[in-house]
Amino acid sequence: MAIATAPTAPVGKLAKTWETAPGLYGVLATVDHKTIGKRYIVTALVFFLAGGIEAAFMRTQLIHSNVHLLDAEEYNQIFTMHGVTMLFLFASPILSGFSNYLWPLMIGARDMALPRVNALSYWTFLLSGVFIYTSFLIGQAPDGGWFAYVPMTGRTYSPGLNIDFYALGLIFITISTTVGAVNFVVTFFRMRAPGMSLNRVPIIMWGTLSASVAIIFALPALSAACVMLYFDRRFGMHFFDAAEGGHPLLWQHLFWMFGHPWVYIIVLPAIGLASDMIPTFSRRPLAGYTFVALSTVTTAILGFGVWVHHMFATGLPMLATTFFSAASMMIAIPSGVSIFAWIATIWHGRPVFRTPFLFLIGFIVLFVIGGVSGVMTAAVPFDWQLTDNYFVVAHLHYVLIGINVFPVFAALYYWLPKMTGRMLSERYGRWVFWLMFLGANLAFFPMHISGMLGMPRRIYTYQAGLGWDTVNLITSIGAYVFALGVLLFLVDFFRSLSVGPEAGDNPWDAPTLEWSVSSPPPPYNFAVIPTVRSRHPLWEGRLDEEYHTLIGSGPVLDHGRETFGTSALDSDPFEILQMPEDSLWPLILAAMMTVTFYGLLFGVWWLAILGLVLVILSLAGWCWPRPARDEEMDLLPEEG
Amino acid sequence: MAMVARPYDLPISPQDGRAPGRLGMMLLIATEASFFVYLLFSYFYLASMARGAWPPDGNNPALRLSLPNTIILIVSSGTMWWAEAGIRKGQQARLRIGLLVTLILGMLFLAIQGLEYSNQSFTPATHAYGSLFFTITGFHGAHVAAGLLMNIFVQARAWAGHFTATRHLALSNVALYWHFVDVVWIVVFLSLYITPRLG
Repeated sequence: MAIATAPTAPVGKLAKTWETAPGLYGVLATVDHKTIGKRYIVTALVFFLAGGIEAAFMRTQLIHSNVHLLDAEEYNQIFTMHGVTMLFLFASPILSGFSNYLWPLMIGARDMALPRVNALSYWTFLLSGVFIYTSFLIGQAPDGGWFAYVPMTGRTYSPGLNIDFYALGLIFITISTTVGAVNFVVTFFRMRAPGMSLNRVPIIMWGTLSASVAIIFALPALSAACVMLYFDRRFGMHFFDAAEGGHPLLWQHLFWMFGHPWVYIIVLPAIGLASDMIPTFSRRPLAGYTFVALSTVTTAILGFGVWVHHMFATGLPMLATTFFSAASMMIAIPSGVSIFAWIATIWHGRPVFRTPFLFLIGFIVLFVIGGVSGVMTAAVPFDWQLTDNYFVVAHLHYVLIGINVFPVFAALYYWLPKMTGRMLSERYGRWVFWLMFLGANLAFFPMHISGMLGMPRRIYTYQAGLGWDTVNLITSIGAYVFALGVLLFLVDFFRSLSVGPEAGDNPWDAPTLEWSVSSPPPPYNFAVIPTVRSRHPLWEGRLDEEYHTLIGSGPVLDHGRETFGTSALDSDPFEILQMPEDSLWPLILAAMMTVTFYGLLFGVWWLAILGLVLVILSLAGWCWPRPARDEEMDLLPEEG
Repeated sequence: MAMVARPYDLPISPQDGRAPGRLGMMLLIATEASFFVYLLFSYFYLASMARGAWPPDGNNPALRLSLPNTIILIVSSGTMWWAEAGIRKGQQARLRIGLLVTLILGMLFLAIQGLEYSNQSFTPATHAYGSLFFTITGFHGAHVAAGLLMNIFVQARAWAGHFTATRHLALSNVALYWHFVDVVWIVVFLSLYITPRLG
């Protein structure tokens, strides 16, 4: 193999090869995983703000009894869109954003395995989000809660377009999430740099891999359920209609067969992010790497066997509920393993309390509180007392804010400097953390109490004298404090872009490969493909490792857009992959899907059919080989 | 040879079973298969919950058209396999003929299914069984149609002479998808047409 050191690597040629074309074409056609990752993160944060504004409306409405800022229907739309936005348009896409940006940099590759599919995944995410939000323009946003139980969401009780936006919008998002997941799985098994065997990948890779596999098998349940809901509503079918042989519980089964794995889909990558940051701030490698990796995978698998715990109050046989209760409690075991691994890492380390680390501590604390209330609700008799009241709302917010939002904010403080080249402010960061941490606890801990006091979730207002005023006032104040923290983060972020100190390659003295390249990284990521020899390539010197990762010398691969294809287990290179050029097809395809979905939404069949035909033509255009590539192919030798 | 210019002793984007596009197609099939699993779960769930006869009018779906149709689809999987085995040996004519026969058999399958639809005594809006029957077989039919469009696409490429003995990944992916559509039909056929007769 040709060995070249970094100074002699033809970086100019590499940059020219990998750069996105300038101008509007490049903006629309780019397949660079770094650009796509950043777009994912920014778009998801915009939806996070939209969901936050919806939450602020709700908390203002409930600040004390008999407030009528919103009427009942408006409130229904607001809380439904809050849930749909946070769960589908923020929690999962922001993690896809981090994984997209970080994976190739962490594993020493030059892009994801399927870059154009990656672009498709982003465009369909953006357009499906826009599709759902256009429902506000005609005042018919989804209003059946994020799990949209039938028969309330059937045509009889919900004649508007609200639930059609929901059903079709979620099918649309499913396409985005699924193709993204396929890309992650292929990348995981094909694109790792030589020597990065399975036991050397960062934990985020295990988190996103587990989530992606879960997506591939669980999301079709949501698509199937939404297809049936749409068919029932639009064509008068009877899947959920008890009078004609259907059954409303079929919706609940399908929804939660998807819904519970989804909870792990939106927390496992975040747990992975946390597991990769904690060692940096503890100044030592992660304790129990293998156990954390295995518990991640185990959680994803167990997540398929617990869906009925969302249905304990529906009159299912006791034997069934008992089984699912036990399975749900079992989830505490792998979660506990991870928590003890993090505590052990910090305990035996020399912790450095920078902003990301504060968020990570907050994450562990909220995770434990949310986990404990999770075990409580997994007990059938206790769950019967709590179903559909604010205790459940408290539990799910502790879990989602604790295990998704806090690791994400830690990750923003940690990795934004890699993306922008500028550090965020430590002084602002501490304020952001304390406002968000105190705000979250102030908002959500009292919800346990309001639940115990009998306050049902999803009521748009309540009478005075029920004893709910004080707890709700505290909750609303907590929500405002939390929102203030988020706004301060935005100020900090925009400030950092101009006045933030330069980050340099490795501002945190972190151990993984993404910190070996400049901030922001060059278009080609690595001038030479590294050869990995340990789990923490940048800490090998001080850890007295016997073997040393090769960074800055090794194969260059500069004949076009090239990177290694490597074997799944040991990551031995067995081929050189030629990566695709920029392309407009992903955007065109996503746009044509949007046309189809609007046709289905309004029942304008010629538009839906036109859209479908254009989708098919776009796919054909995408897959038809380009002449330039053909010539290149002809030059290739016939093997075998 | 272009390889000479390369200092590495590695093949360049070989189109074998380890190509990223191949793995991508397998995962697409896995998620599509799951979709059918959930549809069939719905079928059996509602069947188990039914208070009266299942199917509701007591008549099991007829085998007169569906059984020959099943055989047609299985045969088309065979012709697709024959076409792919042909191009592995570099036989362009066998590839083109195999794809064409597969296309005709697939179209025949859809035509017969359309005939069967027109003979049904119920519609998707009659009862939940009708909704299930038409949705499950309809989604399968849509997958057949997708497989046929893919067939037309690779057929155009086959006639343009794009494929060689070692470079025919797109064709292999389409063939894999076609076999998947075939297997789904066998499961759908057993579930919708055969299991009601066992009870």
